[in-house]
Amino acid sequence: MSTAIADLHDSSAESGVNYLNANYGIKSWLLTFDHKRIGLLYLVSITIMFIVGGMAAVLMRLHLVEPQGALFEPETYNKLFSTHGIIMVFFFLVPSIPATLGNFLIPLMIGARDVAFPKLNLLSWYIFITGAALALYATLSGGVDTGWTFYPPYSAAYSHTNVTIVALGVFIAGFSSILTGLNFIVTIHKMRAPGMTWFRLPLFIWAMYATSLIFVLGTPVIAITLFLLGLERILHVGIFDPAVGGDPLLFQHLFWFYSHPAVYIMILPGMGVMSEIITCFSRKRVFGYEFVALASIAIAVLGFLVWAHHMFVAGMSIYAGLVFSVLSFLVAIPSAVKVFNWTATLYKGSISYEAPMLYALGFIGLFTIGGLTGLFLASLATDVHLNGTYFIVAHFHYVMVGGAVMAFMGGIHFWWPKITGRLYPDYWARIAAAIVFVGFNLTFFPQFILGYAGMPRRYAIYPAEFQVLNVMSSAGASILGVGYLIPLIYLTWSMRYGKPAGRNPWGAKGLEWTTLSPPPTENFEEIPIVTEDAYEYPVAGGNRV
Amino acid sequence: MDCDGTVMMGFFQFGLNTLAAMEVPVQPPVASSIAEGVDQLYLLLTGVTAFFTVLIFSIIFYFMVKYRRRSDGEVPPETHSSLFLELAWTIIPSLICVVLFVWSSSLYVRNARPPAASTEIFVIGKQWMWHLQHPEGPREINELHVPLGVPVKLTMTSQDVIHDFYIPAFRVKKDVLPGRYSSLWFQPTETGTFHLFCAQYCGTNHSQMIGWVYVMTPTDYATWLAGGEKTESMAQQGARLFSQFGCGTCHAPEGGGRAPSLAGLYGKPEKTQSGETRVVDEALIRQAILVPNSIRIGNYQPIMPTYQGQIDEEQILQLIAYVKSLGSAERINGQ
Amino acid sequence: MSDLAAHGAHPPGFAHQFETVAQQREAGQLGMWVFLVTEILFFGGMFTSYIIYRSLHLESFITGSHLLKVQFGATNTAVLIFSSLTMALAIRSAQTGKSKGQTIMWLILTMILGAAFIGIKLRYEWYADYVEGIIPGVNWAYGGAHAPGVKMFMCFYFFMTGLHALHMVVGLGILTVLVIMTARNRFSSEYYSPLEISGLYWHFVDIVWIFLFPLLYLIGGRYPGS
Repeated sequence: MSTAIADLHDSSAESGVNYLNANYGIKSWLLTFDHKRIGLLYLVSITIMFIVGGMAAVLMRLHLVEPQGALFEPETYNKLFSTHGIIMVFFFLVPSIPATLGNFLIPLMIGARDVAFPKLNLLSWYIFITGAALALYATLSGGVDTGWTFYPPYSAAYSHTNVTIVALGVFIAGFSSILTGLNFIVTIHKMRAPGMTWFRLPLFIWAMYATSLIFVLGTPVIAITLFLLGLERILHVGIFDPAVGGDPLLFQHLFWFYSHPAVYIMILPGMGVMSEIITCFSRKRVFGYEFVALASIAIAVLGFLVWAHHMFVAGMSIYAGLVFSVLSFLVAIPSAVKVFNWTATLYKGSISYEAPMLYALGFIGLFTIGGLTGLFLASLATDVHLNGTYFIVAHFHYVMVGGAVMAFMGGIHFWWPKITGRLYPDYWARIAAAIVFVGFNLTFFPQFILGYAGMPRRYAIYPAEFQVLNVMSSAGASILGVGYLIPLIYLTWSMRYGKPAGRNPWGAKGLEWTTLSPPPTENFEEIPIVTEDAYEYPVAGGNRV
Repeated sequence: MDCDGTVMMGFFQFGLNTLAAMEVPVQPPVASSIAEGVDQLYLLLTGVTAFFTVLIFSIIFYFMVKYRRRSDGEVPPETHSSLFLELAWTIIPSLICVVLFVWSSSLYVRNARPPAASTEIFVIGKQWMWHLQHPEGPREINELHVPLGVPVKLTMTSQDVIHDFYIPAFRVKKDVLPGRYSSLWFQPTETGTFHLFCAQYCGTNHSQMIGWVYVMTPTDYATWLAGGEKTESMAQQGARLFSQFGCGTCHAPEGGGRAPSLAGLYGKPEKTQSGETRVVDEALIRQAILVPNSIRIGNYQPIMPTYQGQIDEEQILQLIAYVKSLGSAERINGQ
Repeated sequence: MSDLAAHGAHPPGFAHQFETVAQQREAGQLGMWVFLVTEILFFGGMFTSYIIYRSLHLESFITGSHLLKVQFGATNTAVLIFSSLTMALAIRSAQTGKSKGQTIMWLILTMILGAAFIGIKLRYEWYADYVEGIIPGVNWAYGGAHAPGVKMFMCFYFFMTGLHALHMVVGLGILTVLVIMTARNRFSSEYYSPLEISGLYWHFVDIVWIFLFPLLYLIGGRYPGS
């Protein structure tokens, strides 16, 4: 920041100085305090983790084309599904939208120059990659075979794999989440531009705020849980070991107390992205803005009250089951409200179908199915039959992949011009979106049927009658993989050869679109003063500009 | 792109037909007294899911076509938010959820309580096999023979990690935990052979901790039970253990010894020295054998030695069977 | 408000992502409170587990509690409470524009008390526990009543007080930094946010101990005949 602020007014536009080219060299990236660069550091890290977790998935699906297992011994398969879960949950999905798009966009959307604590932001990234490096090391040097759920006594006293190292990696990465959440909460509270009242905030900010509440309140609990598990494993002390009066169910309660809200960490940012994309590509304000905003908070709050629905067959009393069942039904309602409001946003809009919109529409469809299949699991009588089967696997992949990952892809495509200053080829982007949609459904829909038919999850070997559905699922997975590879290619290509994007290629409302693409390091030439609500698109015959 | 709505439904129907033709399982056998009820609820949930999926997909598809952008500078008309709609689509789904919750919970509560006259069979899960023991004596590994039409209650424990006993055809499942007993019950309504799976990941050979449930007609079952090697009943084995471990030295059957008599003790609610009332059930007896001085009944001194490490889960179940054979107090309700 | 004017006259320590000093101070305060909430949840997981096991194994916990050296725990409680006082006085000293020497004096007193806490704990409690053989996983030679439950209790004792002690050590590190910053004239009656925020952290660590002490040391009463 060697130029005085006043000089930036025209100099950035003329000189082409932006956050990407303001400084060169690896040190300027590794020691940056700029939230935009930190967002990109995260993007690179989580893409690597996604590839590792994705490779594990590909290997699993290849193995499962044969009932006796096509490729691996059960021990290896068990390590593959554990690695897939641990990496995808803790090192991809949880940080994905918050740490990349959240970091990049929150200050821009609220009219600030950076987050409240930029140094803490960089520290969060270093903490994240330390945890990720430990997890990768554990994977490559022998693996983990406990499943991402780490249930004792198996994980504490029986497994001979690198449980402690992975648990430590997840523990460390948790602090990255906590500090990011803390940063976002303070930023959103204290650094909004003049005139940016709470109910003028973009819905992405509301979603990120709700997510940050969960980061801050939930993550410490998983941290302490894994800490206790690690101590038990090292010192053989028996906190969760029944032989010395410990209780394995206590672990499950502590674990799910975080891990259920964690799934809302994974979906809420995606819902925020949804609101941004749908409004832009229908050229209309989001229907029911206040309801969507408050629904985000409701999801975060209610999400903390339902954890034991993962334990309906674990040995809970009937009464506890009833309480958690009714709460689990209730938590579906705010999500439904959002889906209806997004649908209503399309009404009388002016809709175009660029790739971000295709991902958004795909999200709505797949999230609806995924969310509704959650009702089968909130419902006690059916959960008894479906728990521990492929129905669960299908349900959570519909919401996490059909939902969260589609939203992530949509968001990356939507803000790519802002982040890089380049346009990507929309033709290929739309093809990739379609391939992902088809591949995804072929992979996971058969798994609902498999689950109801009785095939348990985490099985390396399965009865022959389930083979046809497994082969269908594996075929879908190969298509899905192609769908994810294509954007890697054209997005990378676009960074060098894409057309310059200009400030606002989509014609979208939002403070981030008022500044240059890519933005200058200071974000804005002048801090904007906000005088209008979010998404004030022009209307025919109306007075609004 | 949201022609995916109609495409999905067509694909779904085609898929189901094809699957049925290929004899791909889309539903497990309906083989227990609760299976039909669970399937009905499943169908209802599928209906609700399909209804809202089709509804959303159709509306979106319709809007996508009708409101597609026709020119670059097109400006859409103003629309107004609607409190009525917000309330409607909050309240209606809530009511649907209430109905689903009530339906599902009443089914669950009804399914949770085993009928009074259930046959009890004992299950020990260990990596990676199931040990099953009939009270009459026969033992099975990874197989369970049961008679048609008779309710069966399984009392289960694990010798090591958490397992899960799952019979898809009966729609029953329960985690099997170390250090405690869990139970499930079923009443078979079809003869045949049905899958038994472990449904809680338990280590390397989790996917091979599977077996078969054989439902036989009552006569066939009686034949099976009587056939095979002559074995003592669980209660008889328990009696042998009782004397082998010298339990009778203190637990004199006629009472008046250093420890309470066990006759008629099973099922009795007893007041412990710490003031709570506990029913003498399987869990309490197991706790008394392994951690004896954690529960003290009456005015007895805490002098019972622990048998932890000397006696395995199977033997504990046999001892419990023996204690039960000494007479029960009021039948224990439910689970 | 023109950015240039805002950047005209800012005290040392002003961070440029903020528009005003007031904004920075408020952000710092909110940030520390949010952090303390995360700490409550962090310790909370252990407290919850403790509560559950205590209710399941009360007699074992009473027996285990009586193995602890309550006189040193009580002394340490007084030490920590007093250290919170000295910390508050350090902040007050900066707030009222007293000399940096005075602020440093209170800070160093706080550090001495904090170090005393750790010293007492290590020398008179944990070392003695080690000699007695009641440290699970490290040196466990307990042969008295309710052994498994007592082991569980001692696990919780060491985990919880250990985690707390770790936070104390971090606090000492923070205090060292504050002493250096004060010595370098970084603070004035207009700007002493780092002192305030660190004070919040220090008081929090103190409050955690106020909960730990009775829950661990005073189970089942300590009066003769109880």
